[in-house]
Amino acid sequence: MSFQRTQEKLKILADAAKYDVSCSSSGSKRNNTNKGLGDASGMGICHSYTEDGRCVSLLKILLTNHCIFDCAYCVTRKSNDIKRAAFKVQEVVDLTISFYRRNYIEGLFLSSGIFKDANYTMERLVAVAKKLRLEENFNGYIHLKSIPGASDELMHEAGLYADRLSVNIEIPTEEGLKRLAPDKKREDFIKPMLKVKNDIVQYQAEKKVIRNTPKFAPAGQSTQMIIGASGENDFQIMQTSNLFYKTYNLKRVYYSGYIPISYDARLPQIGTAVPMMRENRLYQTDWLMRFYGFDVSEILNETHQNLDLDIDPKLGWALRNLHEFPVDVNTADKRMLARIPGLGMKSVYKILNARRFRRLNWEHLKKIGIALNRAQYFVVCDSNQFERRDLSSKKIKGLILQNSTSKYAKTLSNQLSLFA
Amino acid sequence: MKQRHLLYDGTFDGFLSCVFYAFEHKLKQLSIKKASSCQNGLFSEPETIVTDEQKANRVWKGLQSKLSKRGCLSLYYAFLSEQVGVEQVLLDYIQYAFANLFEVDTDFSHPSVLATSKLAKSVGREKHRMEAFVRFRLTKDDLYFASIEPDFNVLPLISKHFERRYADQKWVIYDIKRKYGLLYDGHSVEIMTIDFPANFDFTKTESDFFTEQELEFQTLWQSYFKSTNIASRKNMTLHVKHVPKRYWKYLSEKQPG
Repeated sequence: MSFQRTQEKLKILADAAKYDVSCSSSGSKRNNTNKGLGDASGMGICHSYTEDGRCVSLLKILLTNHCIFDCAYCVTRKSNDIKRAAFKVQEVVDLTISFYRRNYIEGLFLSSGIFKDANYTMERLVAVAKKLRLEENFNGYIHLKSIPGASDELMHEAGLYADRLSVNIEIPTEEGLKRLAPDKKREDFIKPMLKVKNDIVQYQAEKKVIRNTPKFAPAGQSTQMIIGASGENDFQIMQTSNLFYKTYNLKRVYYSGYIPISYDARLPQIGTAVPMMRENRLYQTDWLMRFYGFDVSEILNETHQNLDLDIDPKLGWALRNLHEFPVDVNTADKRMLARIPGLGMKSVYKILNARRFRRLNWEHLKKIGIALNRAQYFVVCDSNQFERRDLSSKKIKGLILQNSTSKYAKTLSNQLSLFA
Repeated sequence: MKQRHLLYDGTFDGFLSCVFYAFEHKLKQLSIKKASSCQNGLFSEPETIVTDEQKANRVWKGLQSKLSKRGCLSLYYAFLSEQVGVEQVLLDYIQYAFANLFEVDTDFSHPSVLATSKLAKSVGREKHRMEAFVRFRLTKDDLYFASIEPDFNVLPLISKHFERRYADQKWVIYDIKRKYGLLYDGHSVEIMTIDFPANFDFTKTESDFFTEQELEFQTLWQSYFKSTNIASRKNMTLHVKHVPKRYWKYLSEKQPG
């Protein structure tokens, strides 16, 4: 394999794969066996970070960027005039192994444009994973893309070799998908997702009875949605996301701010800012849903369809629900502690433990590391100093914004000026 | 009461031996310092405590019965931070732990417990960073070689991780700052020191030592690193936060290509 040729292919196919956000390499529990190579049993590791601040954990490439589809939002769409390339199965295997041995990566993330048909493409992806596992005794992390429309048999085989499978639904609403990707149908995304989910459930049940049941996609499934390409609101996005978490047991839903890549009239024009702030707020909401015990309807609902950009969603919720506050950190339960703006789950853990030894005051809370600039309006502790004024939501918001500088201030003012 | 000054050899066992000595002689006011960092005090003579593995083990066993597993681990992690004065914090923690009937390692409102847990967090973070930022280069002796310069002494903590992961290749991870390394020969990990040639430059991949292909793989990795970046999302503040500049020297992707 000539070095120049490989470098050229790698450039093209990494460039085309970079819009996939997923980079997680954790949650697999795949141990190194028989002195093989690699171990994906612990936490994920980000081996580097690109200049856009995103982590580089896996070798993220497409097998090929030839594609028979013409989805408006995608760089590799058929009608786009770009350089095309394709890796051979063995090339991907060699590259993965040499990178892994140098501790550059945690494993492989392999996706592909669809050439010929779904099954033909999926077969190639599975072949790479199979070769890595069986011939190279590779125990690192493998993330394969489920190709929409691939057969159940292939999806099953994929699950036997991969740690994670994912299929991107891309557009949060069905109408949006119809408009931007007329060749694709939602059912095609759902079918492989459902098959993998059912198999995971089945394998886990068998594992309880027979210990040496082989692993099946131990790191579960994930998906991705593009934000800001088809005019949907945050309520619709989070409802879809919630549905996927609940119905298909997804491990993660990723939100990817749309990066303008085409002059298509259906999409935001090239040069439009990437909605990074909105993306950030959606992730915060996602976290509140999964780790903080919030129901999505508490944060987004019919009357409140979009997240505030200038304050985080938890603060937003608290300001709409002032009757729940103030909370006494020395007596409140975990659920309520987690709802105080300015407290993360780590601080909650520390408070729950520390208060068994003595009653906590402001000094303790500050040292533990909670964000008092936000929390002070919602908390009482072992001190006779607390917020006595009967402040309105608007006033509290004003005070908090006044006394803090958002790292996004610049982005924020840009986005606001669009509407001015 | 007179302040006593104890010196130890810089090892964890040495430190625990000092703790043993302090309890044995019921010392109330004392300071523990590394022998290498000591300057003679004006008013009192320092005493050198000989490292005694058995005594150290007794203290450690005692701590294990007083603290949770996590608490013991964070003591050890904090010790590896090698921060000036860390011995005082740990001593205070240990005295607090032995004076109480129940586990105190979750008392985050106690200054020494909190300080220890914060130090342990820093060390843990660097351990994790080293698991990420080690970059092996293949030498002509078929050995994967990596050099690091961590803020804290994390080699003892990352050894297991690399042993599990690279079970089928020989490798060396060398701490330039502390002048020792880990060598895995295919069977087990050993601590070793190396005499490098005087003109050896850790940041360069010279063909005298490394295989011909090595530079090609670095170039491939660099071009991958460049291609996978999204220019319209550029955010250098975040980038530097995740990959602080002091680590760039030994990262292949950060070398001028």
